[in-house]
Amino acid sequence: MAVAGGIPRRNETPRWRRKETGVALVFLAPALLGFLAFYAWPTLRGLYLSFTDYDLLSAPEFSGLDNYRRLAEDDVFWNSLWVTLKYVLINIGVQTVVALGLAVLIHRLTRSTVIRGILLLPYLISNVVVALVWYWMADFNLGIVNEALGWVGFDAISFFGDPDWAVPTIALVNVWRHMGYTALLIFAGLQTINRDVYEAAAVDGAGEARIFFRITLPLLRPVLALVLVLTVIGSWQIFDTVAVTTQGGPVDSTRVIQYYIFDQAFTSFDFGYASAIAVVLFLILAGIAFAQLKLLRAGESDQS
Amino acid sequence: MTHTLRRARALAACATAGALTLTACGTGAADGGSTTLTYWLWDASQQPGYQECADDFEAANPDIDIRVEQRGWDFYWTGLTLGLVSESAPDVFTDHLNYYPEYVTRDLLLPLDAFVERDDLPMDIYEEGLADLWVGQDGNRYGLPKDWDAIGVFFNRAMADEAGLTQDELSSLEWNPRDGGTYEDAIARLTVDANGVRGDEPGFDKGNVRTYGLWMSLSPTWNHGQGQWSMYAAANGWQPTDQNPWGTEFAFDDPRFQETIAWYKGLIDKGYMPSLAAQEGVASADQFAAGNAAMVTDGSWMTGTYLGLENVEAGIAPTPIGPTGERASMFNGLADSIFAGTDHPEEAWQWVKYLASPACQRVIGEHHVVFPAITEAWEIAQERYADEGVDVTAFTDHVENGTTFLFPIAENPGAIGSLLVPAFEAVISGQQPVESFTDVNEEINALFE
Repeated sequence: MAVAGGIPRRNETPRWRRKETGVALVFLAPALLGFLAFYAWPTLRGLYLSFTDYDLLSAPEFSGLDNYRRLAEDDVFWNSLWVTLKYVLINIGVQTVVALGLAVLIHRLTRSTVIRGILLLPYLISNVVVALVWYWMADFNLGIVNEALGWVGFDAISFFGDPDWAVPTIALVNVWRHMGYTALLIFAGLQTINRDVYEAAAVDGAGEARIFFRITLPLLRPVLALVLVLTVIGSWQIFDTVAVTTQGGPVDSTRVIQYYIFDQAFTSFDFGYASAIAVVLFLILAGIAFAQLKLLRAGESDQS
Repeated sequence: MTHTLRRARALAACATAGALTLTACGTGAADGGSTTLTYWLWDASQQPGYQECADDFEAANPDIDIRVEQRGWDFYWTGLTLGLVSESAPDVFTDHLNYYPEYVTRDLLLPLDAFVERDDLPMDIYEEGLADLWVGQDGNRYGLPKDWDAIGVFFNRAMADEAGLTQDELSSLEWNPRDGGTYEDAIARLTVDANGVRGDEPGFDKGNVRTYGLWMSLSPTWNHGQGQWSMYAAANGWQPTDQNPWGTEFAFDDPRFQETIAWYKGLIDKGYMPSLAAQEGVASADQFAAGNAAMVTDGSWMTGTYLGLENVEAGIAPTPIGPTGERASMFNGLADSIFAGTDHPEEAWQWVKYLASPACQRVIGEHHVVFPAITEAWEIAQERYADEGVDVTAFTDHVENGTTFLFPIAENPGAIGSLLVPAFEAVISGQQPVESFTDVNEEINALFE
């Protein structure tokens, strides 16, 4: 790009910008280090381990594609994929609708920070505590939930013990915990929508329902897309609630993929195979995130 | 990682090389400083007893500090595995027969033979068979026995009185897999539906049971039916493996096992026992306390829990006499093992030796939460129970009459559990017939090929 004569070379980075890059690197360093040490390196190592026979306690032995071949024929693995998918569909489906409803309600009806705070309360309780409290409350013989069902004339339901109920129950327990947080994220999105649009709609005589479907939802799409990507990925990784309640049972009905990975690694000491399952889960999640962002056109907004 | 292992192997080699090299392997105390050993156990109710042992031990060995740490059962083994990898494992830990094969086959436990030989430690003071459980396939000893347990039937005294069943009757019940014998009669009698109709009376509504005659508590961890069904299958002449310890062929295809499980499942169909779905959740002792169950089969280590219930007076009956003409109970014993990678093998050994000594086991006997492995020490526990008016002969008779069978020790316990837990749940919930165990058995045996 050298141009002769006294014309300044436009491509040269100005001094202040160079200085700023240095500062930026300093600020980025902690996150970058964390990313390299706790994400990039473990991912690469996990990928390597998925091609080995490794029990954690002795050195890994290269075994080629053995783990992946075994995976293809492993019924428990395919079942765990199916169970996880069921969980995600119920969890995300219910959670998104409920959270969206809550967000719109607090957006349209209240300015009270107390109410917004209360919404967030379940999220402040640890996953394990939430799971255990619901586990006891929903107990078949002693739980208050079944007691209440009894008062209104229903038979007791074994929420965690019945293979048909276990996954929906766990999914709904987590909806209860996460809905306030999700609602708050969506609420933040709602606040970016220009008030003028609502006023214009009101002037034109649109009702609440019409405003919601024609204005709120379309303008919320980029935020909703982001929230969905985050919650769907989180939902696929369901583990703790299962670990402290059903531990995969009854009859594998709650053996979600993360729990199966844990099982293979820490009870069967089969870390190579567990890594292979983890790699497959990683690919699935990457695919889902990519597809979602594409389909929901998260990068664009209808608001200009 | 490789570093840990090299160290672990070196230490293991060091310890087996012979008594002379032992002191050379030890570090820490030699330079006059004090050594801290970490000791893990899972049962919180046993912690006070072992803390007392630790205090006594520290008084006698001022240069060694013992840190007793209790970790709940559910994550004890995961925590231990992570500890072994990250070099933060306890020096000494309470070991279980179902788990120790995984560690032994990976050289993670310190062989104790050289120490035992050097200190001329007697192995015959323990209840018969307990010390041999901890000898690996390589012939080395990996733990010293600390206690034993047996299975019994805890029953609600008030409910038994109401049903007209005496302690003597409950203590002489007979069982067979066809009609369940007098044992099933008692279970039916103790079952009461919401209208107050008993399980053996006409008009019994099995869909609306208030109190189950027997409570089933399946565990998501595979324990070979220790407290659930193993006593029936064994009293029916069944043995889980071709040999024990270190069997390589399982017998879940044996008709004697399958007919036992068919009978067990039948109790659910008849409404005498809660279904798999209904028993999920709050522990069996709490269901017993709430009056949802009249009888629960459980281990001797639970005696304090059942007998200590405030609103329910519990009694203990022995497991029923089966077609073999004898009762049966699984016999399980815990031991203390040393992590091969410990920095202080000599001190760890001193602590293990003390834990396995009459001095400490008498203390454990006085605390009478479990039965110590040394005969004179468990007799102390039996006396302490008697002082409280509790008769534990339902457990001790098994030991005195030789009607126990050993917890099956085999390689691959994790993989076996992953296969058997879902298979068992499928059969108990009626999704699969008992014959499905035959296929599962083949899969398990394939693990050993």
